[in-house]
Order: sequence, then structure tokens, then C-alpha cells
Amino acid sequence: MLKDIFVTPFADMFSAPDFLLQVLWEGLVSGVLYALIALGFVLIFRSSRIFNFAQGIMVVFAALTLVGLHSFGIPAWISVVLTLGVMFVLAVSIERVVLRPLVGQPDIILFMATIGITLFLIGFGEIIFGGENKVMISEELGIPTGDTVLEPWGGLLILQHLDMTVVVVAVALVGGLLAFLNYTQMGRAIRALGDDHQAALSVGISLQTVWVLVWFIAGIIALVTGIAWGARAGVSFALEVIAYKALPVLMLGGLESITGAIIGGLLIGILEKLFEIYWGQPLLGGNTETWFAFVLALIVLLFRPQGLFGERIIERV
Amino acid sequence: MLDQSEGYVTADGRQIGGVLMEMKNITLKFGGVTAISDISFDIHEGEIRAIIGPNGAGKSSMLNVISGFYTPTIGEVWYKGAQRPAMKPYEVARMGVARTFQNIALFEGMTVLDNVMTGRLTHMKAGIGAQALWWGKAQREEIENREIVEKVIDFLEIQNIRKTPVGRLPYGLKKRVELARALAAEPSLLLLDEPMAGMNVEEKEDMSRFILDVNDEFGTTIALIEHDMGVVMDLSDRVVVMDYGRKIGDGTPDEVRNNQDVIDAYLGVAH
Ligand SMILES: Nc1ncnc2c1ncn2[C@@H]1O[C@H](COP(=O)(O)OP(=O)(O)OP(=O)(O)O)[C@@H](O)[C@H]1O
Ligand SMILES: [Mg+2]
Repeated sequence: MLKDIFVTPFADMFSAPDFLLQVLWEGLVSGVLYALIALGFVLIFRSSRIFNFAQGIMVVFAALTLVGLHSFGIPAWISVVLTLGVMFVLAVSIERVVLRPLVGQPDIILFMATIGITLFLIGFGEIIFGGENKVMISEELGIPTGDTVLEPWGGLLILQHLDMTVVVVAVALVGGLLAFLNYTQMGRAIRALGDDHQAALSVGISLQTVWVLVWFIAGIIALVTGIAWGARAGVSFALEVIAYKALPVLMLGGLESITGAIIGGLLIGILEKLFEIYWGQPLLGGNTETWFAFVLALIVLLFRPQGLFGERIIERV
Repeated sequence: MLDQSEGYVTADGRQIGGVLMEMKNITLKFGGVTAISDISFDIHEGEIRAIIGPNGAGKSSMLNVISGFYTPTIGEVWYKGAQRPAMKPYEVARMGVARTFQNIALFEGMTVLDNVMTGRLTHMKAGIGAQALWWGKAQREEIENREIVEKVIDFLEIQNIRKTPVGRLPYGLKKRVELARALAAEPSLLLLDEPMAGMNVEEKEDMSRFILDVNDEFGTTIALIEHDMGVVMDLSDRVVVMDYGRKIGDGTPDEVRNNQDVIDAYLGVAH
């Protein structure tokens, strides 16, 4: 038994390095998406102290809108632009209708309000687009199909072109977001508001503008994840779960750390895949990916309560 | 008492302009507590105006009213010749009022440079779209902002910590960074809430020099709260004295120093 846990998996990795690479690659693909979604959570949390429960349904809603618009005969790329417009309107509406009236309420009330947004979007989405599963318009969007086969060490490594596209797009989006946050005034405003509300107000930052902006960013992230995941698994309300895979990422990386979200996302994507293949399937009958990340996060929190990257915040008296 | 609404000449011969900001009959209540009780005073363009008074006198509250953080219960705020409607703090900031806080409020996770850059947010013109895509206008603005910010950083002699996250700085330097951020806004009115509190003698001297230089070189109007009487007497052109939310004195440092009510308040004579 001990041998199965501590020896065999590593021996397997070593004897079939090409397969190990395959596993790492697939973990990475999920990882960048987790990181992206976690980043959306972090930006909203930092600027408004809201844990956005609706992030998951926003993924579904964005994907449904895109597919729905296209089904009305609108060209694919124009549908993408229109969907972005819809996500912007959604961000503005959420700020106006939900956040603004609730300013100053306890955090838990705002959290519950995002549950309200979730339920509303589920109902609204079903009315407009119907509840049945749909197919992502991957081909129309020019997302490549097929794969590239490599033979490292004489072995076999299959890279789906869809996955490669997802990684490239997600990395570009994360990179773009980081550049935006670090090198533009609006980005500094977002970070500033996350650090200190009072000070942010004193330099002329409007809460409302930043809130609309971070919810819109969350909307863009939702659309990209919706397309990526939808292309692999179809577009249905079940897509929602992908956003909740970002939760252990946040437990690990901390709700406030941008670096934490990115590294945490990649780490969890890769580790859960490794665990599933080398430990989960042979020893536990598989399907460990649904819970492994949470257990990992809990174990880490046991030893580091502030998370992997959380800065310990010292209260000023 | 001075009463030239069109400006005056200070003891050291500086020409002070007309009224920049005027507080008229300001009263501020928090539930049962009256923090400010029917106070009027003005701030002239180009002067250094001090607000002094014992702890809990309502000085910070007054600064918060000026900067829009508190809305007065009664009273009017006049700025640049017009009555200011009730405004959010960020709107006041965009009208050219910059401030520092009694308990330093900086963006601790950001570098000194980024903190000071946020001071330029009041001057942001390029839209969010342009910002996001780094379009021409946003790019030009970023470069302009950088130039101004670098000047402020040089001026306050904090070049060597430009890239340091603010959270790692000692207290005295944080105070200076906070001043830098306010200065980067090129404010018409600069509000400083106890800029020298908790500093050692040397740091206080530096800060005093910076405040005088800012006023001198950029002609910035400054209203400051300070407990150290020596500093107040050295720096300020006119002083408002508050006690228990009321104004008990207003005039030049000399006038105020010889005012019996003020002397009593500071000696803790029973009211
Ligand atoms: N937000 C608030 N809510 C309730 N009471 C307040 C608030 N702000 C100030 N006060 C009260 O108003 C009064 C004046 O406080 P303020 O901070 O303006 O005094 P101060 O002159 O700045 O004192 P210090 O020298 O200690 O800084 C105090 O009694 C304080 O408790
Ligand atoms: Mg005070």
C-alpha cells in the first residue's frame, strides 16, 4: 500500500516521461482557465469586498448569449462584440441596481445579493435562450480543431489545437490584464481602491466607475472561459461549475492577491491532474478532480492560514 | 483680525490673493455629538492657514468637511467664488482639493511611484477604452503624468525609494509619500492633517521646509492641522483655533498667541 502511494506513481512518471508531459499539459490548460476566473473574483473582491457568487453563471450567460446571437443569423465575430456589449450592460446594471443601493451593508448581504444575481441570470437565460444544451460556435469563430502529435523521447504527446488556442488566449488575456492593472491609470485606480477606500476617494477615484469596470472585466473573463469550456463540453447550465473550481484557487492564493490567483490557478490545475492520473485512478477509482483541489487548499490553510501568498495584514490601531 | 477679501500682504512681505474657500456657519453633528458648532472662516489663495486646537476639538472633522468626506449638518461651503453643492469626496478631489490623512492612508501594496501616480487620477482625460488599449491619448497622458510625478518625487527627495512598496517604508517616509501623492495632483488647495505628527525633530524640520517650499514655489494654498505650536507659528500666515467644536480664535500667529481664550483652552481652564 505504501509502495502504491510513495513509489509506484513516481516510477510511472519516470518510466513514461512523455505521458507525464501529457498530464502536465492538460493540467496547465485547466490551470490557466482557473487562474483567469480567480483573477475575476480577486478584482471584484478587492474593490468592493464582494465575493461574486455569480461568476459561474456569468460564464454560462456569456456563452449562451454568444451562441444565441449567432443563431439569429448574426456573424460569429459580430456576435462576440455584441456579447461583450451585453456583458458591459450587465456590469452597469449590477452596479446601478444591486451594488449602489447596498453600499455600506454588511459583506454577507452583498454576497447574498450575488446569489440573487445568479438566480436571476439562470431564470432570465432560460426564458431567452431555453434550457436545452447548445453547441459552441467554435468553427465559426475559427478555433482550430485537430491536433499536433509530438514524439518526445520516442514517446507520444498529443496537443489538441483547441487546447493550445485556449492557453494562448488565456495567457494573453492574463498578461493584458496585468499590464492594464500595472501600467495604466485606470488599472492603478482599481488596485488603489482595493488597498484603501478613503485614500482612493481622496485622489478622485469614483467607486462606481471602478465597480463597473471590474464587473465588466469579470464579464470578459466569463465570455472567454465560456467559449473555451463550451468548445470542449458544450454550452449548458452545467458550465457553471467551472467557476467554482476557482474557489480552492482563492483559498490557496488568497482573495486579495493577484499573483496568488495566477500561481494558485496554475498550481491547482496541474496538481489535480497529476493526482487524478497517478493516485486517483489507480488507488481511488478516479473522479478525484471534483474534490482534490479543496482538500489540497484545506491542507495548505492548515499550515498557512493566510494562504500561500496572502500578505499578513496588520490592523492599525 | 484681518478682513481683506481681496488679499493682503503678510508679515514677511508675501502677497496673498483673494478668498479661495469660505466656510459659512458650519455645524456638523454625529448623532448627539456636535463635532463642529457654527464655525465660519476663509482661506485665501496662496496662504498657509493653520487649524489648531486641543484633542477632539473638531479639526479633522473640519478638514473632512472641506474635502467632502463629511457633509455639514448646517452651513455652506464656498469654493472659487461659488457655493459648492453637496459632493462626494472624489468630486471634490477633481475640483483641485488634495489631502493627506491624520492616520496615513496610502496604497500599501503599491510602490511609491504608483502611489504618487494615483495623485494624477484627477487629471485623467483619456477614456477607459483608450486606457485599456493603450491608445495614443492614454499613452501621451501616461508620459506627461510620469514627468510631473518624477518632478514631485525629486522635489520631496524620495527618488531612492521610488520602486519600494509603501508597506515597507518607515513612518516618516510614508508621511512624505502621502504628501507627494497629494502634490502630484497639482492641487489648488492642499489639506494636511497633522503632517508632522509622530516625527522626530529632524523629520519635522524637513517636512516644514517642504511645506514652505511647496507654498513658495508653486504658490499652493495650504490648510494644515498641527499640534506643535512652534511649527504652527513658523509656518502659518493665519491660524484658526478650535475648542470643543467652536472657533475661539482666528488671526495671525501673534494675535492668536495673545488671545486669552486660546491661552485658557490650551491651559485647560474649565469651561
Ligand atoms: N465619523 C465620526 N463619527 C462619530 N463621531 C465623530 C466622527 N468623526 C469625529 N467624531 C467626533 O467629533 C469630535 C471631533 O473629532 P475630530 O477628529 O474632528 O477632532 P480633532 O480636533 O481632529 O482631534 P485630534 O487632535 O485628536 O485629531 C470628537 O468627539 C469625535 O469623537
Ligand atoms: Mg484630528
